[in-house]
Amino acid sequence: MILTKAQYDEIAQCLVSVPPTRQSLRKLKQRFPSQSQATLLSIFSQEYQKHIKRTHAKHHTSEAIESYYQRYLDGVGKNGAAPVLLELANEVDYAPSLMARIILERFLQEHKETPPSKSVINSLLRDPSQIPDGVLANQVYQCIVNDCCYGPLVDCIKHAIGHEHEILLRDLLLEKNLSFLDEDQLRAKGYDKTPDFILQVPIAVEGHIIHWIESKASFGDECSHHAYLHDQFWSYWNRFGPGLVIYWYGFIQELDCNRERGILLKACFPTDIVTLCHGAAAP
Amino acid sequence: MAAVLESLLREEVSVAAAVRWIARSAQSSEEDAGEAAALRSLQPLRKEFVPFLLNFLREQSSRVVPQGPPTPAKAPGSSAALPGRPGGPPRGGRGARSQLFPPTEPLSAAAEAPSARRGGRRRGAGPARERGGRGPGSLEEGVGAESLLWAGSRRPRAAGSPGSPSRARCDPPNLSNLEEFPPVGSVPPGGAGTRPSRRINPTPVSEERSLSKPKTCFTSPPISCVPGAQPSVLDSSPWGQGPAAGCRSLQEEREMLRKERSKQLQQSPAPACPTPEPGSTLPTRTGSLTAEPADPAKVSSRQRLELVALVYSACIAENLVPNLFLELFFVLQLLTARRMVAAKDSDLEPSPGVLDSLESPLFQSVHDCVFFAVQVLEHQFQVLSYLDKGTLKLLAENERLLCFSPALQGRLRAAYEGSVAKVSLAMPPSVQAVSFQPETDNRANFSSDRAFHTFKKQRDVFYEVLREWEDRHEEPGWDFEKGLGSRIRAMMGQLSAACSHSHFVRLFQKQLLQMCQSPGGAGGTILGEAPDVLNMLGADKLGRLRRLQERLAAPQSSCGPCPPPSFPGCQGFFRDFILSASSFQFNQHLMDSLSLKIRELNSLVLPHPEPSDEDGESDVDWQGERRQFAVVLLSLRLLAKFLGFVAFLPYRGPEPPPTRELQDSILALRSQVPPVLDVRALLQQGLRAHRAVLTVPWLVEFLSLADHIVPMLDYYRSIFTLLLHLHRSLVLSKDGEGEMCFLNKLLLLAVLGWLFQIPTVPEDLFFVEEGQVDVFEVDTKTSEHGLDGVPVVDQHLLYTCCPYIGELRKLLASWVSGSSGRSGGFVRKITPTTTTSLGALPLRTTQGLQAQLAQAFFHNQPPSLRRTVEFVAERIGSNCVKHIKATLVADLVRQAESLLQEQLVTQRQEGGDPGQLLEILCSQLCPHGAQALTQGREFCQKKSPGAVQALLPEETPAAVLSSAENIAVGLATEKACTWLSANITALIRREVKAAVSRMLRAQGPEPAVREDRRGCSRAFADQIPVLGPPTQHRLERGQARRLLHMLLSLWKDDFQVPVPLQLLLRPRNVGLLADTRPREWDLLLFLLRELVEKGLMGQKEIEACLDSLHEAQWPEDFAEELATLFNLFLAEPQVPEPQLRACELVQPNRGTVLAQS
Repeated sequence: MILTKAQYDEIAQCLVSVPPTRQSLRKLKQRFPSQSQATLLSIFSQEYQKHIKRTHAKHHTSEAIESYYQRYLDGVGKNGAAPVLLELANEVDYAPSLMARIILERFLQEHKETPPSKSVINSLLRDPSQIPDGVLANQVYQCIVNDCCYGPLVDCIKHAIGHEHEILLRDLLLEKNLSFLDEDQLRAKGYDKTPDFILQVPIAVEGHIIHWIESKASFGDECSHHAYLHDQFWSYWNRFGPGLVIYWYGFIQELDCNRERGILLKACFPTDIVTLCHGAAAP
Repeated sequence: MAAVLESLLREEVSVAAAVRWIARSAQSSEEDAGEAAALRSLQPLRKEFVPFLLNFLREQSSRVVPQGPPTPAKAPGSSAALPGRPGGPPRGGRGARSQLFPPTEPLSAAAEAPSARRGGRRRGAGPARERGGRGPGSLEEGVGAESLLWAGSRRPRAAGSPGSPSRARCDPPNLSNLEEFPPVGSVPPGGAGTRPSRRINPTPVSEERSLSKPKTCFTSPPISCVPGAQPSVLDSSPWGQGPAAGCRSLQEEREMLRKERSKQLQQSPAPACPTPEPGSTLPTRTGSLTAEPADPAKVSSRQRLELVALVYSACIAENLVPNLFLELFFVLQLLTARRMVAAKDSDLEPSPGVLDSLESPLFQSVHDCVFFAVQVLEHQFQVLSYLDKGTLKLLAENERLLCFSPALQGRLRAAYEGSVAKVSLAMPPSVQAVSFQPETDNRANFSSDRAFHTFKKQRDVFYEVLREWEDRHEEPGWDFEKGLGSRIRAMMGQLSAACSHSHFVRLFQKQLLQMCQSPGGAGGTILGEAPDVLNMLGADKLGRLRRLQERLAAPQSSCGPCPPPSFPGCQGFFRDFILSASSFQFNQHLMDSLSLKIRELNSLVLPHPEPSDEDGESDVDWQGERRQFAVVLLSLRLLAKFLGFVAFLPYRGPEPPPTRELQDSILALRSQVPPVLDVRALLQQGLRAHRAVLTVPWLVEFLSLADHIVPMLDYYRSIFTLLLHLHRSLVLSKDGEGEMCFLNKLLLLAVLGWLFQIPTVPEDLFFVEEGQVDVFEVDTKTSEHGLDGVPVVDQHLLYTCCPYIGELRKLLASWVSGSSGRSGGFVRKITPTTTTSLGALPLRTTQGLQAQLAQAFFHNQPPSLRRTVEFVAERIGSNCVKHIKATLVADLVRQAESLLQEQLVTQRQEGGDPGQLLEILCSQLCPHGAQALTQGREFCQKKSPGAVQALLPEETPAAVLSSAENIAVGLATEKACTWLSANITALIRREVKAAVSRMLRAQGPEPAVREDRRGCSRAFADQIPVLGPPTQHRLERGQARRLLHMLLSLWKDDFQVPVPLQLLLRPRNVGLLADTRPREWDLLLFLLRELVEKGLMGQKEIEACLDSLHEAQWPEDFAEELATLFNLFLAEPQVPEPQLRACELVQPNRGTVLAQS
């Protein structure tokens, strides 16, 4: 699951042209049988997000919005049950959930006097049944369930996976009899930036001292890792000293270059752990 | 001055007298009248002698092609004497080498009256700080003084100034004349304005050292490396990275000089001193030079060299020279001189009649140089013996030294072999963040959410900046200001509230201490040697290690023994941060914080071991305390350096003020500004409390960053005066009760010597008039409680504080490495002699990792946790040793005693000797010492956890508590076991020895006497029943009588002290008679009579004793017999022996008879 930069690039190259559908994912799996589904999905998702970020702006010009809305109206006019919105998203190479958001916003603008707030839109997307227009509600729903990278459903899944891995990590720590403080306890103590777990007694992993462990239920690619470094990992280091990041779905090997400086990357719970022994300092 | 040397050489004056004369103003009466008279006439010159001597030696050695960088000689006190004096023949570019004591002035100039010449020379109005105004001096003085001009002889500007030889002859330049010799690097004042000049030549300053202004003074002429143009002071920024003067310009300078010289030679009628042949090429530093062999047989003037060496050594010993290590460096340069520049033959041949005067050059050949150097080194052996092992090795292996003084070589070799002190390398600091402490870093301590948020963000920005610096600062072309300046200023801009500043300063200062405190700092104190190294290298800084090793393999070119103050390594980051931040709020808060911390650490009570009861028990506590001292000292030095940096930052400039007026007004302004920290009071306190060894080193750091004006301010001037007085008082050879420890002194001498060479410290300061000194009596006698008398400084600390001492080693190493490197001088490729251990670092050993874990454990815990654990470990470890001593060792001693009993019996029969006996005992008992470790471990294991538990808060999480306990156990065990394994055998030996001698003492007076009294001790040992005489042991009557005789004679003749014989007649002892049948009263009566007879007891005394016996409870019959005896004793007059015999005759039944009568 730890990929070299070259391996990673090869996968990413493959992803450039495929739409974010389950079919694409299956093809990818066939192409790279040695990689786990979760890793591929994570890479897939991240690559797709990068792609969307790059193209986001062109879908948000008022001309584009108008044209999408018109096409939506035309489509549902012909057949309200057909996956008009989903097909439109795939056709213009945009995430179905995001397409649904554009159309929903546009729809609400037309039907309400005040432009809808973000929170209203979010809640409608989370529960499309609240959307006043039944056809649109259906279309939005189709988009959300068919989008494997964006949307409330995916967010929910991601959150659950993240949480699950935190629990997994907690269990492993308990099992290894390593005492820790978790994020909530740390917050209560007044720490401002808090990793998932702070070890009350540091351990050595593969010869490196670590004070904290952060769990990431995703693949560590360059982009996300750098963002994490800047927003989280270095801040932890600044406060608590060196620590360990577990990218459960793997990471690019080359990114594990800050070991000497105190950020260690692993793709699983480490096995090479040395704890402070009894009477450690005795000669 | 020269006159003094002359007198010495003519043996009119003894060296001892001369040194006394130099060192003390008062003439002591012990001197012989002739000497006194000879010297008294020279009295006014006394304080100029040392600068003269130093400069004279440098001058004389100017033709030597040396190793290494120039020997700076900031001994310009001489120049202080120069202004206004008639100079001698021109120096400098014009080249004529001084004839030191020309009996008559052969030159036209000689015809001139001194006054005339003086007048001629004094063109300019008195320069600002002209120290001239000397009274009329003798001719000798005047001429002698010229030799002080050595510095000038290399002054580049000299070449350009009055250049014509004739002029030079007739109107020798006054080197103190600031117009003729404007200060280095300054813009020559247009016309009238002159100002003080520092008569010092430049040395190329390597770039990383360029902190100190390029004008650099540590730079008097290198031997034979003619300094080039003063490095230009182009850089307007006082801290700028001014370009260093390269060797090329030196080369050019030299070339110019050479031409100038030869021109002059051709023109001057009688070159009086050695100068190179016109055509001869002076050695350049580019070619590699093979060293000329040195031969003791070819030394030209032994006696003269010996004398000068003696005087020179005496000056060094008396601390009359500003910098001890500078002189040693100079001497080693002489020792390792490659060769000498050819001089004119005529110069080499001393003219008849002037032999042994100073007429001819002192050093005529390499042989002379080496001879002189070895002479001086012999006198300095004591200091040498304290140098690091590497230096000692190089010295001991130096073939010249061996050749010239096999004896010294032998001593050095012995010192080398006996040297256990290691000098560990300055470790690269590890970057570790200051941990976030919710106790202090919480919202309650901030005025608003915003301020708190800013603070939290700052931490991230600060470390981001730090990380970037770490990554990039070594990249060529990277610039701190360009790379990070704006980010730092943006960050400072956000610190609006005053409290935010203080919070940030706290972080900054903590990080500074964490990163820059050198070895043994925060990390190193806890777990012994190997882990120390690891800690200093950081968690796993292999990369650093590699870089370090590379640096060692090719260390930076040396910058000589007096490098200017610098901010090496991580310190550079903090310096640049302060500069880039350029925030006066930040600076103010930083100064406040640094001052506070300095005060706090300076007054820290450092425990030092109670005077131990002659055994090594307190050694247990010793290592830790020495380490603690080192940590405190290094922290103080770091903090003081930064305080000095920030405090004097606004005043620092590349040059002293250009005019007197300006300077006066600046002085007026500055003198009313209160000092940032009352360092004078702290110094005075430190001296009074005998804590100079702690206070002075940091004060020196602080002062080293002062600006040019500071030393002129009364306040600081008085500090310098104190320091000077202290310096003089630190005579290394003085040793004894109450003296400061040797290495403590050496450290102070090294740092003070270094300070006196700092560019901003005026050169005349050292050779100041003594009258001004008694501001405060400096007393180096240590009191019982002072740190000064405790050996807190070890070699490691000395070298850590004064890395420049290592220059000596580099110099010697470059000699070994054969022909010099590309610069022809100092070699870059140096074989490190002390780095072997680094290669084999146990980087990932379990033990190392465990040590790191223990370190890391404390990182995120409140500081009190660490203090508690360390305290517990320290106490338990110490108690453990005491416990082992009281149990195991005491048991062994008891065993020894019983073994001894046996042995004594055997020995008596076999006639062994007590020394052997001790050996036998020890060899039997010492192996049991191994148990000490096991028992020690058990003790620590048992005692530590409870103590930790009792001292930590109840709420401490279980995991934290148990780890703390384990660490305490480990540390205590380590402490105890380290000591025990090193000392247990010695301890057992010592205790057994004490027991043995106690017993032997109890056995008899002294071994020698004991031998004679063998029969007597035999009687004691096995012939007298000890307790209640069991019948089977009864003595035969004759035996008993003989025994009594023996005892009596023993008491009378052998005991030196009164024997408490009245004890014999105590009821208990007399009662012993009661059980015997028949009771031998006659023997008792005999004894009593004899006691009186021999004068051992008085009649009355015995009567009193017998009287008191009545009071005791006796069996009836016994009481009666006793009464009879008493009467008998009273009744019978003093009887001589024969009559006693009669008594004997009735013996068999005497008791009964008595009883019946």
